[in-house]
Amino acid sequence: MRQPDGSSTFLTTRVETMLRWVRKNSLWPLPFGTACCAIEFMSVVSSHYDLARFGAEVVRFSPRQADLMIVAGTITDKMAPALKRIYDQMAEPKYVISMGACACTGGFYRAYHVVQGIDELIPVDVYVPGCPPTPEALMHGILKLQEMIQNGETHHDRLKNRNDDAAAIAG
Amino acid sequence: MTASRTETMTLPQSQADLLPKEGITSVELGEDGHTVLTVEREHLVDVLRSLKETPGLDCDFLADICGVDYPQRDTRFDVVYHLGSLEHGHRFRVKVPVAEDDATLPSAYGIWKAADWFEREAYDMFGIRFDGHPDLKRILTHEAFHGHALRKDYVPSQRWLLTEENLMTPKWATEKRANDDHMDTQVLNLGPSHPATHGTLRTIARLDGEYITEAECEIGYLHRCFEKMCETHGWQQVIPYTDRLNYCSSMINGVGYALTVENLIGIEAPPRAQAIRVILSEFSRIMDHAVCLGANLVDLGALTNFWYFFQIREEIYGLLESCAGGRLTVSYARIGGLEHDVPLDFEEHVRSLLASIPKFINDVDKLVTTNKIFRDRTENVGTISAEDALAWGWTGPCLRASGIPYDVRKAHPYLGYDQYDFDVPIATTGDTYARYLVRMEEMRQSLHIIEQAIDTLPPGPVITDDHHVALPPKEKVYTEMESLIWHFKLIFDGIKVPPGEAYGFTEGANGELGYYIVSDGTGRPYRIKVRPPCFAIYQAFPHMLEGTLIPDAIAILGSLNIIAGELDR
Repeated sequence: MRQPDGSSTFLTTRVETMLRWVRKNSLWPLPFGTACCAIEFMSVVSSHYDLARFGAEVVRFSPRQADLMIVAGTITDKMAPALKRIYDQMAEPKYVISMGACACTGGFYRAYHVVQGIDELIPVDVYVPGCPPTPEALMHGILKLQEMIQNGETHHDRLKNRNDDAAAIAG
Repeated sequence: MTASRTETMTLPQSQADLLPKEGITSVELGEDGHTVLTVEREHLVDVLRSLKETPGLDCDFLADICGVDYPQRDTRFDVVYHLGSLEHGHRFRVKVPVAEDDATLPSAYGIWKAADWFEREAYDMFGIRFDGHPDLKRILTHEAFHGHALRKDYVPSQRWLLTEENLMTPKWATEKRANDDHMDTQVLNLGPSHPATHGTLRTIARLDGEYITEAECEIGYLHRCFEKMCETHGWQQVIPYTDRLNYCSSMINGVGYALTVENLIGIEAPPRAQAIRVILSEFSRIMDHAVCLGANLVDLGALTNFWYFFQIREEIYGLLESCAGGRLTVSYARIGGLEHDVPLDFEEHVRSLLASIPKFINDVDKLVTTNKIFRDRTENVGTISAEDALAWGWTGPCLRASGIPYDVRKAHPYLGYDQYDFDVPIATTGDTYARYLVRMEEMRQSLHIIEQAIDTLPPGPVITDDHHVALPPKEKVYTEMESLIWHFKLIFDGIKVPPGEAYGFTEGANGELGYYIVSDGTGRPYRIKVRPPCFAIYQAFPHMLEGTLIPDAIAILGSLNIIAGELDR
């Protein structure tokens, strides 16, 4: 780091911590918006709430370019294969926020065509309750995810640790 | 609902004499002003055709087709057609009883093209077959689904899982074909998750170069079983579900439902509640048009306008939140009135919105309306003639853009819309640009209505004092025995709607939003069928695509304002 007087100082850290810090501040969300929650998601990225303040406004509709999937809205049995396939197409590390009651649990649609929570299909890092959640609630969810990324508590980290352990045991 | 509304729909005697003599087993006058005909299956097509073609009857508009299941009857199902004449204003409900082991009817597709998807839905939900339908297959549920979900013996939570192996691809899309130049044509799949499909729409198109030669739409990706859920909940509990039909303008849905149930019970909301319903419905209409136009413009590359329009939404959200507590899904209407009165600063808040919203509309107007790029992209794109639009069952701004001035608020006034002075904007070209212009003007007209409504906002209660329907005030419950009993009864039993049926319709943001409600006198609806305006509009979309370019398809889709929650329910 360059000081005002022209001298340099050093910061020591671990590569892992550095990577996490970088990742948490440049989340590229893929909005998998299906219903009412998608309209609230639009509010979150619009000028009034301005998600850019938290470094997560570069919305990408291609799963290959995104690392955060925000499932906003009810997922039906008919939609389920599409959701699974798009999740599979995202590159690691990838995170999932389940936005709203429907995505979390099926909401008040205990019905013949509705998936009772997307964790039937894909692993979820943060559940944001509400029907629909307020923009503040979704932003809280994103901040929570950033915290989890920094602390290495996401599903991606757990899976990685488990695989590392298995590799160590196998020797 | 005002008495005048029922009168405008009832068939005069001189025209009643024109009804065909053969095949009609009974003619009644419904409480909702519809002339109810019961027709034998053998004569169905003849009766429908003469209703449409006899001068004086002229039923050019098919609003809805649906099934109703009565398991204890010999003829288990009723298939119910709702028709109307835009010219005369009268409305018909045609009922055809069919037995379970022979649930087949002739298709009405040859009479009104609008029958296409409505018949498929009746097949999907009840297993009723329609002879002569061009492509009778499931529409809302998926390919691996078994049974028919709206039959009374179908368990509401019985799911069937779909895997990727049995995903739908139309037969024509898998064959190899060549064009006149002996080059292969290709098949493009758009959706169900695609930024330009606004949620969950899916279109499969065959392309010859960049031109679409054939297309098919698959819907149902957001089929949340609204109608089945209604049958498992109390009358008042249905209101949150209605919010999630057209979630861009949820207030309008709740009001439409409440009006229909009030009609069945025979009560009316107090004047103050009606005026507040008008104000918030019109604000919802502005919000809906704003998101439709904003998203349409984004798809055409004009992002800035989206921010302007979304700011309108944010400001109206503020008002809705102060009244109802929710921003998007308000659940504010109640059967008999409103949940509670508006806050003290309501009038002031409304007036400040009336002052601020025109600026955003004008900004977009200046940026877009005469913009050469925008006009080149939208003029003569997705043109539909007035006859075609009506044949497909179109209503709302899309129909008015083709030149037919049909607006439920004018034709069959409700909530005292006849007291307000406003114009019904129409365009004549029927293209994407015309639909843009109509929506822009409608926003201004809505502001004009709100202005009048807030000037004449009456004082008084906001919910009926009929305690079969509405709870007594809390302070009375604590102090008076009778109120306590009413409170207890209503909480435990819920509202009891007298047996009967009604079709109530209002002007939703996309057109005629109808509720066909059947009550058997218990605390729960027996059957609720929604007539979603999008559903009729979207069924014409694959036909509009033939011969257009892919980018035009995106422009057309945006201008139709298809809301998946309402389309798939």
